[in-house]
Amino acid sequence: MVQFTLNGNPVSLDVDEETPLLWAIRDHVDLNGTKYGCGAGLCGACTVHINGRAMRSCSIKVGDVVNTSITTIEGLSPDASHPLQKAWVAEQVPQCGYCQSGQIMKAAELLAENPNPSRDEIIRHMDGNICRCGTYNRILAAIERAAMEG
Amino acid sequence: MATNMKLSELTRRDFIKGSAGLSFAVAVSGTGGLLLSSPANAQRAGSNISAWLSIASDDTITILTPGAEMGQGSMTSVPLMWAEEMDADWSRVKLDWAPADKSIYGYGSGRRRSMAIVGSRAVRSYFNIMRTAGAQVRKVLLDTAASEWGVPVSELKTEPSVVIHPSTNRKMTYGELASIAQVPESMPEVSEADFKKPVQYRLIGKSQPRYDIPAKVDGTAQFAMDVKLPGMVYASTVHSPVQGGLPLDWNKTEVEGMKGIKQTIKLPDGIAIVGDSFYNVMSARKKLNVDWDNAQARRFNSEETLDNDYAMVHADPSAASTTVFEKGDADAAFANANKVYREEFKSDYAYHAQMEPLNAIARFNEAGDHVEIWDGTQSPDRTRSNVAETLGFSEDQVAVNQCYMGGGFGRRSLGDYAAEVALIAREAKKPVKLIWTREEDIAHGMFRPQNFQCLEAALDDNGNVAGWRHCVVGDGGSLLSGGMSIDLYYKVPNQFIDRRGASHNVRLKHWRAVAHPFNIFAIEEFIDRMAVAEGIDPIAFRMNNMNITPRGRRVFEKVIDMSGWGRAPASDRALGISITERSGSLGAAVVEISLNESLGKINVHKVWMAVDGGLIVQPDAARANIESGIIYGLSSILHERVTVKEGAVEQSNYHDYQVMRMSDAPEEIHVEFVDSDEKEPTGLGEIGNPPIASAIANAFFNLTGKRLSHMPFTQDRVKNVLSA
Repeated sequence: MVQFTLNGNPVSLDVDEETPLLWAIRDHVDLNGTKYGCGAGLCGACTVHINGRAMRSCSIKVGDVVNTSITTIEGLSPDASHPLQKAWVAEQVPQCGYCQSGQIMKAAELLAENPNPSRDEIIRHMDGNICRCGTYNRILAAIERAAMEG
Repeated sequence: MATNMKLSELTRRDFIKGSAGLSFAVAVSGTGGLLLSSPANAQRAGSNISAWLSIASDDTITILTPGAEMGQGSMTSVPLMWAEEMDADWSRVKLDWAPADKSIYGYGSGRRRSMAIVGSRAVRSYFNIMRTAGAQVRKVLLDTAASEWGVPVSELKTEPSVVIHPSTNRKMTYGELASIAQVPESMPEVSEADFKKPVQYRLIGKSQPRYDIPAKVDGTAQFAMDVKLPGMVYASTVHSPVQGGLPLDWNKTEVEGMKGIKQTIKLPDGIAIVGDSFYNVMSARKKLNVDWDNAQARRFNSEETLDNDYAMVHADPSAASTTVFEKGDADAAFANANKVYREEFKSDYAYHAQMEPLNAIARFNEAGDHVEIWDGTQSPDRTRSNVAETLGFSEDQVAVNQCYMGGGFGRRSLGDYAAEVALIAREAKKPVKLIWTREEDIAHGMFRPQNFQCLEAALDDNGNVAGWRHCVVGDGGSLLSGGMSIDLYYKVPNQFIDRRGASHNVRLKHWRAVAHPFNIFAIEEFIDRMAVAEGIDPIAFRMNNMNITPRGRRVFEKVIDMSGWGRAPASDRALGISITERSGSLGAAVVEISLNESLGKINVHKVWMAVDGGLIVQPDAARANIESGIIYGLSSILHERVTVKEGAVEQSNYHDYQVMRMSDAPEEIHVEFVDSDEKEPTGLGEIGNPPIASAIANAFFNLTGKRLSHMPFTQDRVKNVLSA
């Protein structure tokens, strides 16, 4: 049994400890907002928070997150009211949308530690997350908006 | 926790049960035209029944959208055109996916009838279908109110979802009218005069939030990847690394003995592993050993072929050639030329790299004679027919549930992986979710073809381009020739344009804007070289010596104005310009670049683009499409190349197939639309990327005096060009 906290709720999974956290969340807990893009920690579509740090869930074994607190896009806010989620809608950021859970989770880590990031700080922080639709300029605008509107 | 069947199963059932009110289904008339009628009437006509639009008594309007959604916004923009013309209250409109039935929900007629959302077609192909339907529904509602109130219909007007009789101040909502409406035997005729004038538009031209975006910021949007069915198992296929190889034998016993693995299945072109979790299936993939019959596979080396073979095909007068476009007498123009220019260009294979690896779900009924598919697809009708053909089924035995697509870019219009999961599920006798790994998605990818191009121009005594030859040699057939015709923006009197295709067993597919990216690069870089050689300003050369069309002139003038073309940029920067057409639209782009010479890295700081996109239905979504195209273009030109060695694709994931990240994105992208003479929408999903390569190459010349001739402009290539 692997036990951890997921979006504030205790989770206990009967699962091979080698299973990547991504697939434990998706296929065993049935939370599907966290996405599989590359399986190799290259694209950031699977980004979740582990004890507040944005991590690539495809490249972390579920056995290594025992007793941690994990937040996925579903747990970022109860009703899509996180400033970033509101800003994402206001700027009409997503296109295909597949990478956007990871983008938002990565950006949420930034704003939690740096409420007023500069443009360069945003770019440095977000550079690991690929958006194939190329919504980068809108992501930037949305993060700046969320920082401003809090 | 999530049940994952929300859109396709639950909502649809509720919707049909709960559709008290007025429903407009569609029957197909004998001539193939659309005839709108009630479900009951359509049933009498013996047609398939489905309520395309329903008005409930609570004023909710539900429209089934045929706009497959991969991020371009067409699931919203297409039904919005219907809502506009019927004067619906958009805030009360709900959308669901249209079923995969092209006879009802398709566009075009006869054999060309299709639901394929490809080639930037969604909005332009559905414009007249949607507005005709909207005008018809509005007429039915007006007639109902006129009859209820005993007044002439000419005294009525509509506000969003309300019919009003101004002289008596009576009002009825569409929902109230729906409860009492008598549906006519056949829908009223409408003509051009019945359509709203553009000044009357409430929705078209005024950006509405996209319908899909809220679900894409809280993780609830349902991609096929997210579908989970009771009793479902997982599968992944290993296809031959060498393109065209066939499976002979594999370590079946070993793999099937692994934890969680249920079976392995031989497919025509690979081995599928089926197991109880995707993690177990992925683990088993690593242990699978397959003997491949590569006798028919060619040990193809893409770089050698591109470097050596294609130029010879071009030089060979007896090589098979397909004429793409011909006009006047090109040979005579060259024979009489005062001066002739000739340049050669090359372009590599490119991969779609959509974020969601290909996947689909299949579930058979107990009898095994009906299959249900979940697929995020650009062409639900094609998925349906491909699955049916693969199984030996009729299309009635296949149902397709549309899902959001995690990117398409042309890759998701074939239904090949849906057909594959259907084969696997038939063997597994359980619902199956098939996921290609990212590595499989590339190794078994379908690519934009590599090619060589030669362009020649004959200048007459006045220095005008009187003759034009353009030959593309490369992998594939018609995938090579889109965008070769310059006739939509340059009027050259004598032209001969041809393609000479080869086949190397590499799987090819439409890629965003198909052949335009490399053809427009060659055309516009060639023209820039001629202008410089002639000592004429590149814009003036295009306007005068290339004899630009008025529409082309307008987009150039707009982008010149937007970008401040002609100003002196900072000393370490330069501007470049290019034009393109695509899917009826015309666009001109200017880029501002700098260069890190030691790294060979081109930095793109700003991009301006002026677009003639006809009637712009949703300006913000239209701009977003073009911004996306620009980034897609930049990404491909600066980074992306697929190479094939000994018949196998060399790249395997995002580390060796690099795509653009935020730090490489331009600091500014400016998109504006020009006033258009076109009365209808033209395509915008692919106008953004084709002009980028030539604009960058032209800027690169302005910065360095050197010329780039081979796409993409990787850092190694740039360094080689700089040191040459």
